[in-house]
Amino acid sequence: MRPVAVIGVGMTKFGEHWNEGFRDLVIKAGLRAIEDANIHGEEIQAGYVGTMASGRLVGQEHIGALLADHMGLTPIPITRIEGACASGGLAFRQGYMAVASGMHDIVVVGGVEKMTDLDVAEVSDILGGAGDQEWELFLGATFPGLYAMMARRHMHEYGTTAEMLASVAVKNHKNGAKNKYAQYQNEITIDQVLKSKMIADPLKVFDCSPITDGAAAVVLAPLDIAKKYCEQPIEIIASAQASDHIALHSRASLSELYATKVAAKHAFEQAKLTTKDIDVAEVHDCFTIAEIMAIEDLGFYKKGEGGKATLDGKTALDSEIAVNTSGGLKACGHPVGATGVKQICEITWQLRGKAEGGRQRKDAKIGLAHNVGGSGATAVVHILKQGW
Amino acid sequence: MRESIPLTWRRIPERYRLLGTKCTNCKTNYFPKRNICPKCRRKGKIEETQYKGKGKIFSFTEIFAPPAGFEDQAPYVLAIIELEEGPKLTTQIVNAHAKDVAIGNKVEAVFRVIQRDDPEGLIHYGFKFRLVK
Repeated sequence: MRPVAVIGVGMTKFGEHWNEGFRDLVIKAGLRAIEDANIHGEEIQAGYVGTMASGRLVGQEHIGALLADHMGLTPIPITRIEGACASGGLAFRQGYMAVASGMHDIVVVGGVEKMTDLDVAEVSDILGGAGDQEWELFLGATFPGLYAMMARRHMHEYGTTAEMLASVAVKNHKNGAKNKYAQYQNEITIDQVLKSKMIADPLKVFDCSPITDGAAAVVLAPLDIAKKYCEQPIEIIASAQASDHIALHSRASLSELYATKVAAKHAFEQAKLTTKDIDVAEVHDCFTIAEIMAIEDLGFYKKGEGGKATLDGKTALDSEIAVNTSGGLKACGHPVGATGVKQICEITWQLRGKAEGGRQRKDAKIGLAHNVGGSGATAVVHILKQGW
Repeated sequence: MRESIPLTWRRIPERYRLLGTKCTNCKTNYFPKRNICPKCRRKGKIEETQYKGKGKIFSFTEIFAPPAGFEDQAPYVLAIIELEEGPKLTTQIVNAHAKDVAIGNKVEAVFRVIQRDDPEGLIHYGFKFRLVK
């Protein structure tokens, strides 16, 4: 295995893109990443693209060939990767492995989801496929419902409060307000979250990430030639993935994501680092309770203390660790297949010192990205550092 | 997509009668049925087992934004319950408001309509649970 670096990143604005289709979004993000990497198309040897549900959301499968064709990249191999909401993170990991193994030198990785072509009920039904279709969704569960039952257990076991949950959304909106790519660029208050419409008790609409269109892309190269293309390559120093029971009810504990704990343990071992070394982290906050569990399961805070840490401001931009400087899934938006790749874009900008709009973490040198599929059956963790 | 009759037909023993499986090697009970014991894998031996339908609430929520097929039931209480025999499952709690439900409450299985595809489509039946006074 050889060291691998991110040499270019790019993304579309996340939001409702009524005038742009699936292919328009992912190609726009891809071109921005290629331009950022300063490479020519003929240098690209392979591609991976993460998308969860293009077949049901826009009726299009065979995404690899579609992109090879419309990116002008035929005949190179492009492969679609699917792992529910972790599809983007898994695609990035596949690209990383392809370069690390020596199979390919220059690889492009994309993530995309086009979600607003259908009505909300249909989109919810499709996203339900990330859980156990026959034994959760068929029986009346929804994704907010599954995370609500995790929140209920977390509250029961550790005394986590609705106010602590709300403080995650407030902090992420504060960051999102500074990000030109974010779906929601407005700040909100704890009171607004607490008074918002109930979706699945105790989760309200402002505890939930939105339905979003968007795409993100990165270009990877071996570290030893990365400097040829850019002055600030970002080295990938850990890549770890873990699985768990697909149905929430099959797991021993509802107040942790075991797959996150395993992936984090492996990632920190690979990087030979501890949680104290991380300056910025993009974590999977599909619901507010998910960010609280994530910062605990990744090891930043003890189990049961994530809610209080967030309420006390310890995960704010200029505090102990900057969590979700992009605005996270909550404010930046959650085009499911794109999210894991967007996290890498944000960490790259942070480590280059080029995060705009006042959301730069001072002296950010090491960053972590954490992407989850479904209610936690897949988790993928990457750690990156300045490679120059 | 749920209009397929075999898609629902093949799950009738589990959904109507709470038929599950147990591994006779490690004595672990599973619901729904498993083809392989995840603990023992090839050393395991899977047999069918009948659950009594008694258990307690492990966690719960009240669904205000229902999925397709459940529109006329919302808001409803959804729970993960732990059966007396060990496995946990996801189910609706009927005849109860969320304010009456608490973690640890005893529940028992009842037979109910789960959902309807559309006015002319399939009516799916199966287990739901209710609080035991």
